[in-house]
Amino acid sequence: MTPALQLAQLTKRFGRTEIIRGVSLAVAPGERHALIGPNGAGKSTLFNLISGRHAPSSGTIALDGADITGRKPFEINRLGLSRSFQITNLFHRLTAFENLRCALLWSLGYRYSFWHRLNGLREVERRAEEILLRIGLQRRHKTPAGLLTYAEQRALEIGVTIAGGARVILLDEPTSGMSRSETAAAVALIKELTQGRTLLVVEHDMSVVFGLADRISVLVYGEIIASGTPAEIRANAQVKEAYLGRHAQAAV
Amino acid sequence: MRTEPAAPAAAILRFRPLNFGRWAVWGLTAALFVAAPFAFDSKFSLALMSQAGIMIIFALSYNMLLGHSGMLSFGHAVYSGLGAYFAIHAMNMIGRGELFFPVSLLPLVGGAAGLLFGFVFGWLTTRRAGTTFAMITLGIGEMVFAASLMFPGFFGGEAGISGNRTVGAPFLGIDGLDFSRDIQVYYLIAAWCLASMVAMFALTATPLGRIANAVRDNPERAEFIGYNTQRVRWLMLMLSAFFAGIAGGLMAINLESVGSEALSAIRSGGVLLAAFIGGVAFFFGPIIGAIVFVFFAVALSEYTKAWQLYLGLFFVILVMFAPGGLASLILMNLRVIKFGKFRRLLDPYVGVILSGLALTVGIVLLIEFTWHRTLDIALGATVTVAGFAFDTSQPQPWVLAVVIVLAAGAAFEFMRRRFKAEWDAIQIEIETWLRDNPQDKP
Repeated sequence: MTPALQLAQLTKRFGRTEIIRGVSLAVAPGERHALIGPNGAGKSTLFNLISGRHAPSSGTIALDGADITGRKPFEINRLGLSRSFQITNLFHRLTAFENLRCALLWSLGYRYSFWHRLNGLREVERRAEEILLRIGLQRRHKTPAGLLTYAEQRALEIGVTIAGGARVILLDEPTSGMSRSETAAAVALIKELTQGRTLLVVEHDMSVVFGLADRISVLVYGEIIASGTPAEIRANAQVKEAYLGRHAQAAV
Repeated sequence: MRTEPAAPAAAILRFRPLNFGRWAVWGLTAALFVAAPFAFDSKFSLALMSQAGIMIIFALSYNMLLGHSGMLSFGHAVYSGLGAYFAIHAMNMIGRGELFFPVSLLPLVGGAAGLLFGFVFGWLTTRRAGTTFAMITLGIGEMVFAASLMFPGFFGGEAGISGNRTVGAPFLGIDGLDFSRDIQVYYLIAAWCLASMVAMFALTATPLGRIANAVRDNPERAEFIGYNTQRVRWLMLMLSAFFAGIAGGLMAINLESVGSEALSAIRSGGVLLAAFIGGVAFFFGPIIGAIVFVFFAVALSEYTKAWQLYLGLFFVILVMFAPGGLASLILMNLRVIKFGKFRRLLDPYVGVILSGLALTVGIVLLIEFTWHRTLDIALGATVTVAGFAFDTSQPQPWVLAVVIVLAAGAAFEFMRRRFKAEWDAIQIEIETWLRDNPQDKP
C-alpha cells in the first residue's frame, strides 16, 4: 500500500548548520503518527519542509505517492495536505465563521471567483457552521478571531486546518499552553475531527502522545532514532536515555 | 443557521433572499444623487458634486487595495490617469468619425485601459507584499509620469490632450442630451458612481473579496489553505485598476482635458489621503473621505491659497485623534448612542467643539496673515478673512490672533481632557458589557 506520506533521506541545512539529517519516515493512510523529541530536535523544521514553507536541501517528500518536494504551500495544500501552527496563525480581523469559510472556499471549487455571492454558497455556509459547532465555537460565530480566548483560538486553528477536507493533517503542538481540562477536550476533538484521515502530530505532552498516537517516531538532533507503537517506544532503551528519561514522570 | 438570538430589528432587515436594509441604503443613495442638484444648483456646486462623484469611485477603488487587501500603493494615479488618456483619445476618435461609440460609455474605455495596465504593472508589483510592494508602486508611478513627458504624441506634453464631449450621437438618441450642459455630465457621473459603488460593494462579498481580507490579515496562512497570495493580490489590483480607470474616463469627460498631472504622485498621494481620512477599515469610509477631500481641494481652494496647508493640518489632527478615520469616528459615536450613553457626552462635546472652533479661528487668522505677508504683500497690507478686513502691517490683528490661539488652545486642552475622561469611561463600560455578554447585542 502506498504510504499517505513518505519522507526519504530528507535533509535541511541553514547555512552550515544541518537541522534535519537524513530523515526517512512512512506514515500509512489513516494512521495517527506522533513525532516527539527534545526542544531543538527539528520537529517544527520537519513540518515546515513537509508543508512547503521551506524547501529541503536534499531528499524527497511524497504525498500519496506523488512527489511534492519543493512545491509551494498552496500547491501542497491543494493536493490534500493541511497543517496547523504552534503559534496561533489565524485571520485575526475576520470572525470565527469567516475564518472557517475562507478555509473551505478553495476545496469546494470557488477558487478566485468574484462572480459568486458568498452568502449564496449554502454548502460552504453549512459546512462552516458544522465545524463551528464541532469545535464548540457556535456562540463565537461573529467574534473576530483576534478577540477569542487562547483556548478558543487553538480550537479554531484546528478547525481551519481540517476544514478543507485534506486527507493528511499535520498538527504542530495542538495543546501547547492549555490547561489539563482544555488538553483533554482538545485530544477528544482531534480524535473526532481526524477520523479516517492521516495525522502527523508534534506534541510535548506525553499523555497526549500516548493517548492519541497509533505509532510514534522520536526525533533527536535531526535524526529519527526510533519509530514504533507506543508500547515499543516505551520499552526502547535508546529513547529512554535520549529523551523519555527526563520525562519519566509525565509519561504516565 | 442564525440560531443565536439576534437583535429583532436586524433580523427583519436581513432575512433572505432580499436584504431590505441594503436595498434601502442604495435606494436612499440613488435618491440623494438625483435630488442633490435641486438643492445645490449653482454652477460651482454642480462642479463640486461632479468632482466628488469621480473621487468617490477613485477612493473606493484605492481602498480595494489598502483596506481590503492590505496593499499600500503610492502609484494608483497611474491607472486613473492612463484610463483618462485612453478615454479622451477615444473621445477625439469619435469626434473625427473614426470610432462609433457613445460618449456615455467612455468610462468603460478608461476601465479597460486601467484593467490592461493593472494586468501588466500588477504582474510586477504584486509579486511582493508590504513595503516592497509600496516601493515598486512608487517607482512605477514615477516611471509612467516620466514616460508621459517623453511621448508628447500620446500624452500631449505640457498642454495635455483636450477633447469635446458633445461629439457623437446624443444619449439614447434624445436630442439635446449631448452633455453640453454640466447638469447632464453630473447625472452621467452620478450614474457611473452609483453603479461602481454597488459593484465594488458586491465584490467585498465574493470568494475573492473575502480571501483578499484573509491575505491582508495573514498572507502566510492563506497559502496553507490553498491560495496563491500573489494571484489574489494581482486579481484585486486588476479589478481596482479597472474602477480607477472608470474614474479616469469620467475625469476626461468632466474636464474635456487630460494632462500629465493626472498621472502624478500628487494625485496618487491625494487618493491615499482621501481613503485614509474617510477610514480604510470600512467600505463606506473612502466615500466620506472623497467628499471631504474634494471639499478641501475644490471648495476651500476657492477661498484660500493655503488649502493644502489646511488639508495637511486636518489630516495630521485626524490621524492623531482618530486613526480609524471619519468612518470609525461615526461608528464609535453610533455605538455610544446604541448603548444609550450619548447624553453623557453632550456636554463635553459642546465644550470641545466650541473651544475647537475658537482655536481654529485663531489658527486660520495666523495662517492667512502669514500667507498674505509672505506671498501676496504686493496686493497691499490688508487681507480679508471671512468678510473682515485686517491690516497686517499693524500689530493689533497679530496680537488678536495670538491671544485667540493661546486662550482657545488652553480652553481646548481642558475641554479635550474632560471629554476624553468621559469618552474612555463609556468605552470601558461598553467593552466590559460586550465581554460579559458575548452573544447579545443591546
